[in-house]
Amino acid sequence: MKVLVPIKRVVDYNVKVRVKADNTGVDLANVKMAMNPFCEIAVEEAVRLKEKGVVTEIIAVTVGSKAAQEQLRTAMALGADRSILIETEEDAQPLAIAKALKAIVEKEQPQLVILGKQAIDGDNSQTGQMLAALTGMAQGTFASEVVVEGDKVKVTREVDGGFQTVELKLPAVVTTDLRLNEPRYASLPNIMKAKKKPLDTVSGADLGVDFAPRTKTLKVEAPAARSAGIKVASVEELVSKLKNEAKVI
Amino acid sequence: MGILVYAEHDNSTIKGATLNVVTAAAKIGGDITVLVAGKGCGAAAEAAAKIAGVSKVLVADNDAYGHQLAENVADLVAELGKGYSHILIPATTTGKNFAPRVAALLDAEQISEIITVESADTFKRPIYAGNAIATVQSSDSVKVITVRATGFDAAAAEGGSASVEAVDVAKDAGVSSFVSEELAKSDRPELTAAKVVISGGRGMQNGDNFEMLYKVADKLGAAVGASRAAVDAGFVPNDMQVGQTGKIVAPQLYIAIGISGAIQHLAGMKDSKVIVAINKDEEAPIFQVADYGLVADLFDAVPELEKQI
Ligand SMILES: Cc1cc2nc3c(=O)[nH]c(=O)nc-3n(C[C@H](O)[C@H](O)[C@H](O)COP(=O)(O)OP(=O)(O)OC[C@H]3O[C@@H](n4cnc5c(N)ncnc54)[C@H](O)[C@@H]3O)c2cc1C
Ligand SMILES: Cc1cc2nc3c(=O)[nH]c(=O)nc-3n(C[C@H](O)[C@H](O)[C@H](O)COP(=O)(O)OP(=O)(O)OC[C@H]3O[C@@H](n4cnc5c(N)ncnc54)[C@H](O)[C@@H]3O)c2cc1C
Repeated sequence: MKVLVPIKRVVDYNVKVRVKADNTGVDLANVKMAMNPFCEIAVEEAVRLKEKGVVTEIIAVTVGSKAAQEQLRTAMALGADRSILIETEEDAQPLAIAKALKAIVEKEQPQLVILGKQAIDGDNSQTGQMLAALTGMAQGTFASEVVVEGDKVKVTREVDGGFQTVELKLPAVVTTDLRLNEPRYASLPNIMKAKKKPLDTVSGADLGVDFAPRTKTLKVEAPAARSAGIKVASVEELVSKLKNEAKVI
Repeated sequence: MGILVYAEHDNSTIKGATLNVVTAAAKIGGDITVLVAGKGCGAAAEAAAKIAGVSKVLVADNDAYGHQLAENVADLVAELGKGYSHILIPATTTGKNFAPRVAALLDAEQISEIITVESADTFKRPIYAGNAIATVQSSDSVKVITVRATGFDAAAAEGGSASVEAVDVAKDAGVSSFVSEELAKSDRPELTAAKVVISGGRGMQNGDNFEMLYKVADKLGAAVGASRAAVDAGFVPNDMQVGQTGKIVAPQLYIAIGISGAIQHLAGMKDSKVIVAINKDEEAPIFQVADYGLVADLFDAVPELEKQI
């Protein structure tokens, strides 16, 4: 069976982003970009399913600018067989991204679509669920375990109180949580091989999707800064401050 | 038009986050209807009717909604929600699971995890793990929004007298089923609702050492949390994780023990009123956000703390 893995190019998680002085967004000039960590986990899960013989082909897909080819190459170095860039310069929002992914799902007919549970820039946590709704597929979000059994998949989900396990009919959408697996690193030979794997480019217009966002970002500000307080010398001083100064215990 | 609020509940009681969402709805302005969907959820519906500011409660009591399966709940909310200007859903794992489905079914762009209401169509929400706050304006006719509980005060749980109306809409998409769940049981307050939270990090070294934190917690009536490193190392279960990808907390007092203060952890707790950090490394970034920092070995400081409070 085929697996589709939508991935996203984001600011590397180690970068502390800065808001632009004109408050139009965050400054992405010259910062290190990388594959969203949850998407790496999604690619890894697909590769493991292929190694187990459950999956025959892995297709990575992204919606973004030409620069996002870099992350598609990374996905292929990690084990994806081919990839698709849905090219746009727009600041595409999850609904439009989900519509574009739906068009790819209709063409490729994957049995499983594995996405990250959230992207660490927008922090929206929407795309997978929206794709599932638009295609009428079942969904297993925030997955910490994925087991394919015949025409079904069992997904254990991280929920507020602990874990929940659901059984979904295939085709289905899965979104990954942090503890699903630990992604491997791409080896040099695999990075070289990935350069020769197929990477197709399509446009939003080809798919009949308009990426112009409907939600307007009016401004982006830095959060209220929290200034460092004081250092106390002992537990005794700490307890006294909490009781008498902060009055929180 | 009016606002539809989705209640988080356990069939018998209403979960705290619902009360914060009602406050967000009141800030938007308009009649507030609360939807209670579940199985055998009559008691929860009665409780919802008592929330101050709520004018109507809709109850969808059906097997299909028993385990809050996203496919079924989203179909229900999308159908009922058409008649409202806003659909507000708590940004809990339950809410985050089905809300985007509702938005997609209504062809709306969802606005995730709002922390303030600027006007009926304009909201603030954190992006980049809270390192930036975006003000966004929606042009969708039905606005589908998830609400971060820590951004809003809780509405009074008592004092209202809303009418309760049963809705007879059974939506079973038939593509998913519940298998099992494993919920942590604890006598301590829930992390996201506690007034005091004490969290441990990798510095705790193992799960047994968390006993020290439980003892302090019990004296303070606190909930116990953890960093991702502590969860990944298997010291404590995943539902204790605080941070960008765990729980977001904003208690009166947050005590970080053996936690370095990575941005992903700070994203989950930096709106706490008072932050205390105990760490043996005086350069640890956690001290940059702590109101009171103590540079000490936690294995000395924590037992001492327990004695003194
Ligand atoms: C140049 C630029 C500027 C931006 N400026 C802003 C801004 O000012 N304010 C703001 O709020 N946001 C901004 N964004 C972020 C943008 O709005 C979000 O990327 C978009 O809303 C998607 O949200 P998300 O990534 O949080 O989706 P989520 O739903 O959190 O993503 C979950 C998963 O969906 C999949 N996915 C997400 N996006 C893609 C994609 N493009 N292609 C393939 N799979 C995908 C991945 O598997 C991902 O792990 C900007 C983005 C860009 C590129
Ligand atoms: C996509 C993504 C999402 C993430 N989401 C989260 C999240 O939601 N929550 C989260 O917490 N992390 C998250 N992380 C991980 C985060 O980056 C850090 O790795 C993690 O928070 C570190 O945990 P820690 O502070 O316990 O461990 P460390 O960074 O190892 O810090 C341990 C600290 O303990 C101190 N210490 C050690 N021994 C003692 C002692 N005896 N006495 C006193 N102090 C001592 C040390 O000085 C050190 O400062 C995420 C990472 C990624 C990539």
